Amino acid sequence: MEPYFKTEAMAVGYDGHILIHDINIRLEKGKILTLIGPNGAGKSTILKSITRHLETISGKVFVGGQSLQQWQPKELAKQVAVVLTDRIRPELTTCAEVVAMGRYPYTNLFGHLTELDKAAVREALERVHALDLAGQDFATLSDGQRQRILLARALCQEPEVIVLDEPTAYLDIRYKMELLDILREMAQQKQLTVILSLHEIDLAMKISDYLLCVKGETIEAFGTPEEVLQNHAIEQLYGMESGSYNLLFGSVELSKPEGAPKVFVIAGGGCGIPVYRALQKKGIPFATGILFDNDVDFQVAQVLASSVVSTPAFEEITDGQYQQAAKLLLKCASVVDAGTPIGTRNLKNHQLLQLAREEKLPIYPVAKG
Amino acid sequence: MKRRNENPDWQELRLGNPGRFWTVMLLLWGLLLLTLLLNVNIGSVSIRTRDVFSMLWDGLRCWIANVLTRGGYARELAEVMHRSTESQILFSIRIPRMLLAAILGGALSVSGYLLQVFFRNPIAGPFVLGISSGAKMVVGITLIFLVNFLGSVSPATLILAAFLGSLLITSVVLLFAQKVHSMSMLLVIGIMVGYICGAVTDFCVTFADDHDVVNLTNWSMGTFSGASWENVRLAALLCIPGVLGALALCKPISAYTLGEGYAQSMGIRVKPFRVLLIALSSLLSACVTALAGPISFVGIAVPHITRSLLKSAKPAYVIPAAFFCGAVFCVFCDLIARTVFAPTELAIGTVTSIFGAPVVIYMMVKRRRNQEV
Repeated sequence: MEPYFKTEAMAVGYDGHILIHDINIRLEKGKILTLIGPNGAGKSTILKSITRHLETISGKVFVGGQSLQQWQPKELAKQVAVVLTDRIRPELTTCAEVVAMGRYPYTNLFGHLTELDKAAVREALERVHALDLAGQDFATLSDGQRQRILLARALCQEPEVIVLDEPTAYLDIRYKMELLDILREMAQQKQLTVILSLHEIDLAMKISDYLLCVKGETIEAFGTPEEVLQNHAIEQLYGMESGSYNLLFGSVELSKPEGAPKVFVIAGGGCGIPVYRALQKKGIPFATGILFDNDVDFQVAQVLASSVVSTPAFEEITDGQYQQAAKLLLKCASVVDAGTPIGTRNLKNHQLLQLAREEKLPIYPVAKG
Repeated sequence: MKRRNENPDWQELRLGNPGRFWTVMLLLWGLLLLTLLLNVNIGSVSIRTRDVFSMLWDGLRCWIANVLTRGGYARELAEVMHRSTESQILFSIRIPRMLLAAILGGALSVSGYLLQVFFRNPIAGPFVLGISSGAKMVVGITLIFLVNFLGSVSPATLILAAFLGSLLITSVVLLFAQKVHSMSMLLVIGIMVGYICGAVTDFCVTFADDHDVVNLTNWSMGTFSGASWENVRLAALLCIPGVLGALALCKPISAYTLGEGYAQSMGIRVKPFRVLLIALSSLLSACVTALAGPISFVGIAVPHITRSLLKSAKPAYVIPAAFFCGAVFCVFCDLIARTVFAPTELAIGTVTSIFGAPVVIYMMVKRRRNQEV
């Protein structure tokens, strides 16, 4: 399929100074592309270049088979709409009027709104669930409401491509989800092509068909989230020196406490995670086991525990693994019983607890409920 | 308000409020008519209202006939205008003066409004940004030095000089605007540039002949007293197309209020649009400066009053309303300037400052309270 939007060897930057070069994006209609990368990496610069707010230094940008330069400004406005980070404050202007400005490329010389235009304004307001805000003064809105109205304005422009620069900044989690849901819906139902930048990697993975990782002078990666995000892609992209990012959960963990383990956590089945995090907060290094490697606890233990005793999923725990765990446990000053349920496969964890009791090690049970 | 939230109905979506607009316009037209009549009536020579009306009626009738027949009634028109001392006062002094005040007041307000759109700040205006002073400087130089080369200085020359002065200072302010992004700093720069222009003007005055300076002093006080029919015609010829030009730009102006980024994404060619805004604004304020001298605060106060009256910032409403509001404001201020301390006349700038400056102070205070500057 011929891409609706593409860039060819695009180089972007300010005042003839190249910031990022060789940007090659190919995007079919109705797909969502998210730019991720550290602050100041040039996400906004790329977005500004594809909306013609900034001239590209070299290379070309194609929308609907025509390069940006070939489009008349007004015709391009029917193809590409934007939601910017600019903090705007039009005075004494209602939300409906702000949204209606999106009709600019369609109205006559005096900006007269026909019934068709008004219907488009109404539809756009409905799309973002903001019909009730129509008569309100734009200046009085909260950040979340303002962003929805600006999205409505862009939708009202009836574009094929919509470009959003960090649309979720300043928004609380509820508005973030709402906004991204609307975009997903528009992409699916109206074949709208969406290009946006996000700081939330977890959301980016979930909403995007493609990810573009921006860092350094060239593009670090471009592809589907599954292709792009492998192993330690996020830690590398953002140059994280401490902590870790769990791609499976889309969650972050702070850095691992350093030193020899002082506590042994008997865990499994998700009981361990709160204990691990509590120990991390106090800065106490710990060991944990015995976990099956498909256990949720295992995901967090890997990055927070000094050592993890684990066994392949659906296998019996071997004596060797038990010995290894016992050795670690005996070196620790205390034991935490995370309260993992004991079944036929993990009886060895019960044995570990017994061992601790025999050795008179202090055992801290985790209160349930 | 509450009801609208519960039951959002398309009919209630506010996309402008034409009812309010026409109410305000009718009010302004009424006020304009009233102030115009007061102006015609009141003065050092009092004329009976009934006579005023009959003279006006005769004059108007002859004028229309004259226009329709392309000069066929010129003799009758002249006869009506010079029939008595009173008719002479009326037709050669008061009517041109108040018409000039009305046109120039309207032009000044629209000029201020355009600058506010340009800087996206309601406190911008030709006077505070030093643009009026720049126009005054070039006009001063023209009146003092160029007069020797040109022989006599026509109002058209003055307008050209003021226009060049306005453009000069506007470009200087724009250069600074690229460097400083805070509006308060820009205003300070505008005021400083204004002082520099004032200093240059004073410098010229010091080395000029007394005879030339008299002209300049009279003019720079700011007054409508020199109004002649020729001035009125010139003002109308330049200002009315200027205001209509601004009105023709109301669609991009409206989009521009969302900022340059959005404006461009909607298909506006931002650079030519900005040039057009500045050129129109300079043309209008130059007309005023050339024909009546620098007049302060009208450009800021009137658009603000207009927006508050309309409860909307829709350019298609604000531009015509600001024009008429400015006309009312200036005709009213001129009436005060002319009559309160008669026979001594106040400078028009004195009166507009007294009424305009408090409005500006109020706006700045309110702005500080409500939002970041």
